[in-house]
Amino acid sequence: MEWSFLLVQALSGLASASSLFVIASGLTIVFGVTRIVNFAHGSFYMLGAYVAVTLVPWLLEFDRSPWLFFAGVLVSAVVVGLFGVLMEVTLLRRIYRVPELFQLLATFGVVLIVQDLVLLAWGPVDIPGPRAPGLRHGVYILDQRFPAYELFLIFVGPAVLALLWLLMHRTRFGVLIRAATQDREMVGALGVNQAMLFTGTLFLGAALAGLGGALQIPRVSANPQMDLSVITEAFVVTVIGGMGSVPGAFLAALLIGQLQAFGVLVFPKITLVLVFLLMAAVLVVKPWGLLGRPEAAAGRAVLPEGILDPRPLDLAGKLLAAVALLGVLALPLLDAYAVKVGTEVLVLALAAFSLNFLVGNGGIVSFGHAAYFGLGAYGAGLLVTRAGLPMEPALVAAPIVGGASAALFGFFVVRLSGIYLAMLTLAFAQIAYAVVFQWVEVTGGDNGLVGVWPSAWAASREAYHYLTAAVTVAAIVFLRRVIHAPFGATLRAARDSAQRADAIGVDVRMHRWLGFTLAGAAAGLAGGLYAFSKGSIDPTLLGIPLSVDFLSMILLGGIQSVLGSIAGAAAFHAVKDFFMPLTDHWRLFLGLSIIAMVLIFPRGLAGAWASLRGRAA
Amino acid sequence: MTLLSADGLTKRFGGVLAAKDVSFALNAGEMLAIIGPNGAGKSTTFNMVGGQLKPDGGRVTLAGHDITGMPPREVCRLGVGRTFQVAQTFLSFSVLGNVQMALIAHHGQTRRLLAEASAMHREAALALLDRVGMAAQAGRPIGELAYGDVKRVELAIALAAAPRLLLMDEPTAGMAPAERASLMALVSAIAQREGIGVLFTEHDMDAVFAHADRILVLVRGEIIARGTPEEVRADPEVQRVYLGHSGTRAAARARRAAHG
Ligand SMILES: Nc1ncnc2c1ncn2[C@@H]1O[C@H](COP(=O)(O)OP(=O)(O)O)[C@@H](O)[C@H]1O
Ligand SMILES: [Mg+2]
Repeated sequence: MEWSFLLVQALSGLASASSLFVIASGLTIVFGVTRIVNFAHGSFYMLGAYVAVTLVPWLLEFDRSPWLFFAGVLVSAVVVGLFGVLMEVTLLRRIYRVPELFQLLATFGVVLIVQDLVLLAWGPVDIPGPRAPGLRHGVYILDQRFPAYELFLIFVGPAVLALLWLLMHRTRFGVLIRAATQDREMVGALGVNQAMLFTGTLFLGAALAGLGGALQIPRVSANPQMDLSVITEAFVVTVIGGMGSVPGAFLAALLIGQLQAFGVLVFPKITLVLVFLLMAAVLVVKPWGLLGRPEAAAGRAVLPEGILDPRPLDLAGKLLAAVALLGVLALPLLDAYAVKVGTEVLVLALAAFSLNFLVGNGGIVSFGHAAYFGLGAYGAGLLVTRAGLPMEPALVAAPIVGGASAALFGFFVVRLSGIYLAMLTLAFAQIAYAVVFQWVEVTGGDNGLVGVWPSAWAASREAYHYLTAAVTVAAIVFLRRVIHAPFGATLRAARDSAQRADAIGVDVRMHRWLGFTLAGAAAGLAGGLYAFSKGSIDPTLLGIPLSVDFLSMILLGGIQSVLGSIAGAAAFHAVKDFFMPLTDHWRLFLGLSIIAMVLIFPRGLAGAWASLRGRAA
Repeated sequence: MTLLSADGLTKRFGGVLAAKDVSFALNAGEMLAIIGPNGAGKSTTFNMVGGQLKPDGGRVTLAGHDITGMPPREVCRLGVGRTFQVAQTFLSFSVLGNVQMALIAHHGQTRRLLAEASAMHREAALALLDRVGMAAQAGRPIGELAYGDVKRVELAIALAAAPRLLLMDEPTAGMAPAERASLMALVSAIAQREGIGVLFTEHDMDAVFAHADRILVLVRGEIIARGTPEEVRADPEVQRVYLGHSGTRAAARARRAAHG
């Protein structure tokens, strides 16, 4: 390889590092002050691009000058900043004190809403942006041509870093941001100014994301997938750099830019995997990122959000369970459609139950549970389609694949806690997704695989429904038993106080790892059952949206309840199944529903049931 | 017989030397108090003994075993129970459930998947709660208790490991004076009856002079004096640096109480 080629590669790595940093700096500043990991940061980035592809060409009609181009980019950033203000005022200030999981879900609700609104406003077709006047040519570096705009981008990152440094050290606003990032207590003492500080921070953060998006328009067309693709990269940068640390984000962006630029030469298809592996490695050595600091322990102990003291079922609960079971068994008396939906609900109930085993019982907020569901489905599906095995061994393999991958990823995951843990589970799920998506020869890539059919005896809808019912009910009964058993109690104990658990002789990490593996195996089993019920598998089974669906189910059911997630899965799937065909705006509806649940219904169906019973008694 | 010995324990946090060459020994059934002003390094010393912190230098020996740098769970299994400066309990459990959990862990049953946890070790847990005077509250959620009662439950949790050594970091912090005296009397009775060694730190000089067999005085990470309560009380260096008037008065009160 020639030196000039390597140099150009390094330069393009610097250019993408620069872009990444601009976006990630906003995310990390917002996290530092508000302690909220804002999924909608990717939506701000996408909005920046869409606003810019609308505004900049209009400006360039007047005069094709570079100044107007950059004025348009800056105005786009400001417009997006105002969207940030809107989000802070209407949503975020209501959720600063709720548990992390609810915050993550609420901001994900905003992602869904923005996706639909963008489709409404700009349509589904990608919109190419104008090239930047004055920077359309190429520059020759040694003998290689390098686009002038990329060269310009290289300088944007350091310029933004310098401006942020000035802001943080030379203005009162910036000093407050730094103080709030370092010391939570101080924020409470701010009184009236706190609202201003938080709103201002959201303006700054969203504007930086918008700037990042607007600067991309000469390179990529504005498209409706930009939000999720950028948010995972931005998460990785902030997590590696240390959440809340702007210089850390800069350092991490440089590392990742180079890793991608050179990784693409060696492993062209799996640069994303390299990036996530870097993140896992950094977090194992420095659990708070390169320049981050450990979160100071909360002063006063608070009751954990999740399953408290699981009780045996009372009479009403037993009756309800019996009715539900009878309903499941009686479904084939209705039509085939009811059976199909019933089978799906059973499978999703097991997946949701296994997730709440982690979240509600263990305090392990996994944001990538669909990975184990999907890997179980692929494990079973590949055995049938590629190895020609029948259904039975494939269904045995599904939980093994789910459990083994959960054991592998969980080894790293359980070293962390809170938001870092959630980010790492998300990252691992994205790795699994990327592998399945890109390993086309084996997995069929985007299209997935068809022909995952049950054995002859279970081929009818009804027979398969009963098989699914038997397996999922057995698995759920088993997991419920584990929650009541010493192992489940130990996970709750470690969640309540890891220090106390350690001091009474519990190997906290080992138990959390075993719990993560068990939940992954149960999710894998659900995935295997799902594959045979559909007859096909595709990468959406591992995607973020499905992980969020699972989280919505347990939220809807009530994460403090042992059995609530079953009701949550049933209600969620029934509503989705009913509404999705009726509306083009399912995401808008879902996003608003998630936010409404977080704000007004945080204890879910189980909470409603309990208060209903409490009143009746 | 020496139960616990610390030799030359040293710990540094950045520029702060939190513990410097701290050495002491503790016999079975003995109560050893570490006193000193805030930030003297008492909790740091505790955490090096209990395994929460790894010392930068020095050795900790428990009944002849080198336990330096062992994680807390292994230290616990060798017979060390501890309470924390800020009580650490399982908030979602009942009072009884907390002690049952400690017993489940003590018996190595935490990986059981099928047994009903709430039915295990009930009697033993109730007996432990009885020892600390909390049996009547067994069914309540622990989050509802007054802080002084939480500290008593924490003691029962620590005793569940059938410890040879109890580490108690400021056992009476945050308690009313009457509660303090009764908790310390309880600890000292348990220690004497069962031959458990107790290492504790305390701000309340009345409690220290009334119950400690020996006292170490720690100031800025260094031991400046050691000995029986009488010796420490009489030490001019201690009086000057640390005890001051209030300490001397407490010592006098304790002397009167002991002789009168
Ligand atoms: N985790 C830590 N990181 C940094 N400094 C610490 C840490 N723990 C304790 N220190 C410092 O070590 C010194 C001794 O603290 P500590 O052992 O808690 O004192 P004490 O318990 O006697 O009040 C103090 O100066 C304290 O600030
Ligand atoms: Mg202390």
